[in-house]
Amino acid sequence: MNSNKASEERLDEIRREAADKTLPFGQGQGPATPPRQIRGREGYYGLPVVKAPVWTWEVPLYFFVGGIAGVSAVMAFAAQMFGRDPALTRAALWVAMFGAAICPLLLIADLGRPARFLNMLRVAKIQSPMSVGAWTLVAFSGCVFVALAANELILRGYGNPITIGISWAGEFTGALTGLVLAAYTGVLIGATANPVWSHNRRALPPHFLAGGVGGAAGTLELLGFLIPATQYLGFAAALAETLLGVHFELSRLPLNRPLHHGKSAWTFRIAGVLAGPGALLLRLLWDSAAGRRTAAVCFLTGSLLIRYAWIWAGVASAKDPGALFEAQRKARSSSL
Amino acid sequence: MSVSAFLTDATLCIGCKACEVACKEWNEVPADGMVWSGLSYDNTQSLGASTWRHVMFLEQPQTAGPQLANTKDPFRWVFLSDVCKHCANAGCLEACPTGAIMRTDVESVLVQKDVCNGCGYCVVACPFGVIDRRPDDGRAFKCTFCYDRQKAGLIPACAKACPTQSIQFGEIGELQERAKTRVHELRERGYHDARLYDPQETSVGGVHAFFVILGEPENYNLPPAPEAPSAYMKSAWASALISAAIVFAIVWLAFVL
Repeated sequence: MNSNKASEERLDEIRREAADKTLPFGQGQGPATPPRQIRGREGYYGLPVVKAPVWTWEVPLYFFVGGIAGVSAVMAFAAQMFGRDPALTRAALWVAMFGAAICPLLLIADLGRPARFLNMLRVAKIQSPMSVGAWTLVAFSGCVFVALAANELILRGYGNPITIGISWAGEFTGALTGLVLAAYTGVLIGATANPVWSHNRRALPPHFLAGGVGGAAGTLELLGFLIPATQYLGFAAALAETLLGVHFELSRLPLNRPLHHGKSAWTFRIAGVLAGPGALLLRLLWDSAAGRRTAAVCFLTGSLLIRYAWIWAGVASAKDPGALFEAQRKARSSSL
Repeated sequence: MSVSAFLTDATLCIGCKACEVACKEWNEVPADGMVWSGLSYDNTQSLGASTWRHVMFLEQPQTAGPQLANTKDPFRWVFLSDVCKHCANAGCLEACPTGAIMRTDVESVLVQKDVCNGCGYCVVACPFGVIDRRPDDGRAFKCTFCYDRQKAGLIPACAKACPTQSIQFGEIGELQERAKTRVHELRERGYHDARLYDPQETSVGGVHAFFVILGEPENYNLPPAPEAPSAYMKSAWASALISAAIVFAIVWLAFVL
């Protein structure tokens, strides 16, 4: 091991120096005064146990855009199948395509090494929601692009069994992958070691999906589709947001503290009121084009803020080791 | 190759931080700032992207443990060198979407820095708060278990530099036995709160770095019941599937009605 000789000698030197010079008891050193003692089952000076998420503004925005794009594709398919509404199908496909184009940009911008974004497609791992999401986004973009291209050809007079078949296949697969795209983000943050996220892992996917439904309906309303379908969907999403908001407000466990105290909590509450009761009441009481547009804007704002609030709640949760310890002790004693 | 492990013994640690220094030097880990924390002599505070060994300093109102001379109050000063646990079911490895984090032939968990694209998902997947993203570099880093040294037949730098054998490196079965014997011995000598921290009963499924500690794991910021995110996968995906089906039905209904 000749090549390593110098470095091995250096490690020996570190050990000798430590043994000779820095034995605290040998040197008669005491702890820094005054002692800050750790008692009972307190954590380590209140320092965090888990790391806070490092994601920046792009990620919650991606959750928002991905949800709208995903559910738009579902609406495009349903409109084609039942509504026989070619204009809505076309607009919804364009919304989905636009979203599918923005999403990768947001995800790449958030990477620590953006130039290596293609490494996301180096492997496919079903056990990693991030990998499932990356592949879903690729599949979704492809399906929606195919559906949109075939649809545009049909509208320009190239309607034949081949283009019609392709547009149906694209819309169907776009709807399926769109649902995954709108729902998986809840799993992405729910199935982690972050205390508040993992505690709410069952409520997160429906919460994010509701945002996608109301967001897609609202976007199409703002594009001029003030039809009954978008009204129903906007109503259903606002109702779901209201129920989930009540659920989160009433779950007073210590792990949910970031949803009840601090910046994340107030963002969460204000956003929840906008997307939930706010949008709901606007739709019920102000039945006009302006009312529906206002309800759409109200929901979109709330739903966007909710995603930021979830990320900030994760950051706050990582800084609360007490809640983590309490929950884990409870889990351990109940499993024994 | 055999399965490697670390046994880190708080009852032997003298808080010299030779492991921190040796780790930084061998692995060429960059400096990551220095603050006077006021928390005993712990100015490192936690493991992170550029801290792969972290010596904790616990000041406790106890009698059994390393005592200070010239003090009548019950007071003990315990040290422990924390490190990546190299979990049997590693959250970071499962979460990594690029395959940058891999299991080596000594069953340690290694980040391949030429593959990592800095997505940050491993950071929220670790139940021990070990791995983190280096802000200036952009990639995620953690203890490599000195895999390069192990491949060359050498022991990890921290274990080599430890002057008191508080950090022991070896084959996992042998070290687990040694740890049990040590805890038994300590208890017989009056250290009644001596225990082994080796979470095997949770979804983490055992670790390749276990600890002999005095007192509660919480006092060392060691989670009492760490769960790998894989434990949450089934319920989260089930919820996603059910709610997606409901959304599909509602969207159809909206166009049928």
